[in-house]
Amino acid sequence: MGTREVISTGNELSALAAKDAGCTFFGGYPITPSSEVMHEMSDLMPAVGGVCIQMEDEIAGVAAAIGAGMAGVRTMTATSGPGISLKAENLGLAQMAEVPLVVVNVMRGGPSTGLPTRVSQGDVAQAKNPSHGDYKSITLCAGSLAECYTETVRAFNLADRFMQPVFVLLDETIGHMHGKAMLPTEEEVRDGIVPRKSFDGPAEEYFPYECEHDQPAVLNPMFKGYRYHFTGLHHDKKGFPTEEIETCRKLIQRLEDKVELHKDEIESNEEFFIDDAEILIIAYGSVSLAAKEAIRHLRAEGIKAGLFRPITLWPSPQDRMRELGAKIPKILVVELNIGQYRDEVQRSTGRLDINGLFKVNGRPISPYEIVNKVKEL
Amino acid sequence: MAFNYDKYLRLEKMPTLWCWGCGDGVILKAFVRAIDKLGINRDDVCVVSGIGCSGRFSSYVDFNTVHTTHGRTVAFATGIKLVNPDKHVICVAGDGDALAIGGNHTIHGCRRNIDITMIIINNFIYGLTNSQTSPTTPKGMWTVSQKAGNIDPTFDTCNLAIASGASFVARESMLDPKKLEKVFVKALEHRGFACLDILSNCHINLGRKNKMASAMENLEWIDSITMPKKKYDALTPEEQTNLLPTGILKEDTEADEYCDMYAEIIKVHQGQRKTISQDDFTKKI
Repeated sequence: MGTREVISTGNELSALAAKDAGCTFFGGYPITPSSEVMHEMSDLMPAVGGVCIQMEDEIAGVAAAIGAGMAGVRTMTATSGPGISLKAENLGLAQMAEVPLVVVNVMRGGPSTGLPTRVSQGDVAQAKNPSHGDYKSITLCAGSLAECYTETVRAFNLADRFMQPVFVLLDETIGHMHGKAMLPTEEEVRDGIVPRKSFDGPAEEYFPYECEHDQPAVLNPMFKGYRYHFTGLHHDKKGFPTEEIETCRKLIQRLEDKVELHKDEIESNEEFFIDDAEILIIAYGSVSLAAKEAIRHLRAEGIKAGLFRPITLWPSPQDRMRELGAKIPKILVVELNIGQYRDEVQRSTGRLDINGLFKVNGRPISPYEIVNKVKEL
Repeated sequence: MAFNYDKYLRLEKMPTLWCWGCGDGVILKAFVRAIDKLGINRDDVCVVSGIGCSGRFSSYVDFNTVHTTHGRTVAFATGIKLVNPDKHVICVAGDGDALAIGGNHTIHGCRRNIDITMIIINNFIYGLTNSQTSPTTPKGMWTVSQKAGNIDPTFDTCNLAIASGASFVARESMLDPKKLEKVFVKALEHRGFACLDILSNCHINLGRKNKMASAMENLEWIDSITMPKKKYDALTPEEQTNLLPTGILKEDTEADEYCDMYAEIIKVHQGQRKTISQDDFTKKI
């Protein structure tokens, strides 16, 4: 890694990653602070013979993207919190019908219209369960410019592996951050592409939703002689609506288990000065940059602070957080919401004494705020 | 020789969940005959349906089929079509699906003039959810959500489609399956957005409380409110009140189709032509 130097923004790098990962369709709708992803895709997609379309609303943006995914291509949409709220129902369909899709959410202040041009991490809980019903969300969170690229690439591969939408959370700060990033080469990314599985036997033996209890559906591209059915209803092995008790139970349990039982393939964390840490800071996204800076200052003053940064937010790195929680006396979760991930840290560590430094006024958290908070503990 | 539908149906899904005497089956059969008449390979067809009685259409026909969320057929179909511009993509939606919750997508599908055939099965009511008012429910009729009588003005589906820019707009009813088949053939042959207002009966949920509790009574009512365009055009505006013209109401074979236009965008980005400008269009606004 690190063989291509670019100067760019987080949003633009996410778009570039999509193109390099083989994405050929983007459906979207303008929304601050994510619009630049669409702007970039409007140039990148047609250049590779793909399509970028600005639809009539957020709902249509994700619907068109899912349609392209059903047809068999790598596909993406990008938006911000209000857009996710609107897209939620169709994201549920993609979970249910097992259609791979990458959804970039550049977070801004909420709820409602909130603070459109300012930073937030208020969509972390939403990313876990954007729509009704049971399934297991996969959510990745970029903590640097380079990760806006690499996590988007990883999202495409995970979407095809697990056959479901994968969220890439950026935030306004990192989405609009402009600077140097070291990226893997296009060839490296291309070599690393793991396309979705397909079935090449006779059509009459093809059952897209007949799979092991912990494996995703095998969905062949459309128009290739394998005629089957997509639906948001509970469905049988061929995709047709059913209310048969055992089929319904197995389907929903499988949507959970295909992710839950393979968390190790999804989990990704960064640990920074953890080994001797007496104070553990947990932060993700742009906030982790401030946390690292704070830790350097604290260490210079002899305070043994370290950072645990989940890159995969959902499913959460429960086991690792439990281990760290059993070892490190003080834990501080720093995030741009009122404890959405702190709840998960409490749950994972089984500790109720998890401290929080939260901010919800649309402004970033500075390293000094973190330093001061740590000193108070 | 009688037409054999077996090849195009998912026989294991029969009987359908549609009520006895429902027009949806007549429409489905006419659609299948049209596909057969045109010699289109089943693998080259994608049928996208929404939610409602019409939503089940897609599960009964042996094509590539998608049952989407309520109202969103055109949006899903747009994604499917754009990555497969040479395939036949057909939306099947009800009046509530296409004109209420999905109205925006219908309008913009028409506006883009993307090559999708949209069959709106218009039975003037929400059937599957038991008789709520739809955007086409005639004023004064009983619905379960307006038991004192419907006061909501109605949409004219075809006028909406024409105003929105669809290049092929037609209305037929399931009373004449032959005409229906013909209009499906025409619509499938047309390159551009074809919006079809196909009138159907719902004697169960529309008719029951509106003095047409049998299929026949409901069909007679449809017959009484429709008239071939030629005859309709000869009437005075007063005489046209409460009548819906049938037949092909608009057919523009010159209009730019969206996938064709997007191919030009690709050419621009691949250096095969200069940027598209206002000069490329006769009609700019």
